[in-house]
Amino acid sequence: MITPRVEVPFLQYLDEKGAPIAPLPDWTANPDILLHYYRQMVLARVVDQKAIALQRTGQMGTYPSCMGQEAVSTVFGHLLQHDDVLVPYYRDVPGQLQRGMEIEDIYLYWGGDERGSARPSQRKDFPNCVPIATQAGHAAGIATAMRIRNQHNAVLCSCGDGATSKGDFLEALNLAGVWQLPMVFIINNNQWAISVPRKLQCGAPTLAQKGIAAGLPCVQVDGNDVIALHEAIDQALQHARCGKGATVIEAITYRLSDHTTADDATRYRPSEELKQAWLKEPIKRLQTWLHQNDHWDEGKEQQLQEEASAKVQKAVENYLNTPHQPISELFDYHYAEIPPGLESQKEEALSRMTGQAAGQESSI
Amino acid sequence: MSEQRITLVEAVNQALHYSMTHDDNVVVLGEDVGTNGGVFRATVDLKEKFGLKRVMDTPLAETLIAGISIGMASQGLKPVAEIQFMGFIFAAYEQMISHAARMRNRTRGRLTCPMVMRAPFGGGIHAPEHHSESTEALLAHIPGLKVVMPSSPRRAYGLLLAAINDPDPVIFLEPKRIYRAVKQPVPDDGKELPIGTCFTLKQGDDITLVTWGACVKETLEAWQQLKQEGINAEVIDVATIKPLDMDTILASVSRTGRCVIIHEAARSFGVGAEIAAEVSSQAFLSLEAPVRRLTGYDITMPYYRMEHHYLLSSKDIVQAAKETLEYQ
Repeated sequence: MITPRVEVPFLQYLDEKGAPIAPLPDWTANPDILLHYYRQMVLARVVDQKAIALQRTGQMGTYPSCMGQEAVSTVFGHLLQHDDVLVPYYRDVPGQLQRGMEIEDIYLYWGGDERGSARPSQRKDFPNCVPIATQAGHAAGIATAMRIRNQHNAVLCSCGDGATSKGDFLEALNLAGVWQLPMVFIINNNQWAISVPRKLQCGAPTLAQKGIAAGLPCVQVDGNDVIALHEAIDQALQHARCGKGATVIEAITYRLSDHTTADDATRYRPSEELKQAWLKEPIKRLQTWLHQNDHWDEGKEQQLQEEASAKVQKAVENYLNTPHQPISELFDYHYAEIPPGLESQKEEALSRMTGQAAGQESSI
Repeated sequence: MSEQRITLVEAVNQALHYSMTHDDNVVVLGEDVGTNGGVFRATVDLKEKFGLKRVMDTPLAETLIAGISIGMASQGLKPVAEIQFMGFIFAAYEQMISHAARMRNRTRGRLTCPMVMRAPFGGGIHAPEHHSESTEALLAHIPGLKVVMPSSPRRAYGLLLAAINDPDPVIFLEPKRIYRAVKQPVPDDGKELPIGTCFTLKQGDDITLVTWGACVKETLEAWQQLKQEGINAEVIDVATIKPLDMDTILASVSRTGRCVIIHEAARSFGVGAEIAAEVSSQAFLSLEAPVRRLTGYDITMPYYRMEHHYLLSSKDIVQAAKETLEYQ
């Protein structure tokens, strides 16, 4: 008889106040990586808050903030190697910024411009996936390609808690188990799928355990603790790269923002819960630890904030000064070669444009 | 009875309230339809009034939403499922095409599927990608499905009531760009409007403008502009894409001899092609000009920064109408 083992370890090193609750891993003795995480998270938050400001002032479209869950994406963005592939969901700005997306690409994409996903430095990473969980299949396909080609790389697939309710997610887990695919599934459990709370999404005590039925190792980590995230993700990536198959990581975090700028979470979310969540957020937690271990001070903080603001301001200017795409680009990328019928529609669009007031082409 | 002027999305909400009040078999389900009242507020206050058993916030799974709707409908319930945006409806297609559309036929009527699947469709609200689709043709192509697309508060109210009481699966597509564009008095009298009937919004003898969804707005604007130039256009809101009321369209074209079909969806293999084919074959001798389609291009809906190049304006419609009128 086979007794299924339903055991999901929970990994945490720093408590809510940034104090160690377990002996820290050796790599933390050198603070460089943790300082990198801190700087990246701070930058990501400035980018994120500016995105919201741009939307609020009519200079950008609907935007899903990643505030509160920066740690998850920051850590995997750093740990992924050049030839690994990131298959993100739509709240992965911190990871994307370390993987070859420029800040202005983030604004372009959410500003309604396809070119935000076009920069060659993004390599083979997938663009934002707006439909829920469909990226899990793509990630499994990329991993299959690596397996066929005997590449020793890994695919990291990121999603939210809501995505774990979809067949696409479960189907990809299943395949990853049966084909031993080099994958890491990261569930950003931020407790809310728009207005639906975690407890109404799934009846199981953890989301990570969905991997058990697929034969995959699974772990829950404190998703606001970069050390725990680093340990779990690093191990899972190495596991994948050396042919040992996939891992499911559930990162427990919190969506401190509305679902998107089009949402108003006060309609459905208790304010006390939000208040409590702010006490656990990742940036302050790491900052406290860095302070207490003499790796950080007010001067450095001020310098970092100034640098991040300047960087973001520059990106905003680049974004706002990006001219609209030529109309032909709306047609040119549907096929390798544009079919004759579509070519004539392109001509139609161009002549329609000429008929319109020229002033309509102002930026944004 | 309320004579308050309400918007299209409020009319949807009013119809849902009416149906749930008068028929215990009506249930509502979908993502964020309960506590949040729907992302567009179409299901506001339903949970409070009718409770969690009849107003269900489902897990995030469109295939499941369609699947359980079919199951509930087979047992005599009348599920009204919301898909948050038409761009996310595709996951539900297998259930709708392989099961909802076929249940009656497969069982020779033993089991049926009296469900409604509501989804907001179309562009023009500066939404992110996958939030601006108009793929009504994909659904209208499927035998066994009905496809209804209201374009005013009154038609939304009356047609949704009819859709809920229809014995077969109805896809109910709501033009979100005009969710709040106009207000009308909509008496909450439970009166249905007929599915499978076009609505002639303006009568005229010079040319027939056939449209549906949010394009009705620009077409009515075009009608006004044409009128100022002495051209009397007839404006038909198709309202039900399937089953298509060709009688109304043919009767009109027989009088005017000229026809422009206006839709936001891509042109090729679209609903406009179906209407044009029917007009060409059944009103051939009345036609004084080729049937013209004025539609979206055969491209993926551009992200919002360029979507105005895709969307049709009243000026485009006026121009197409004039070109069709000038044809000799």
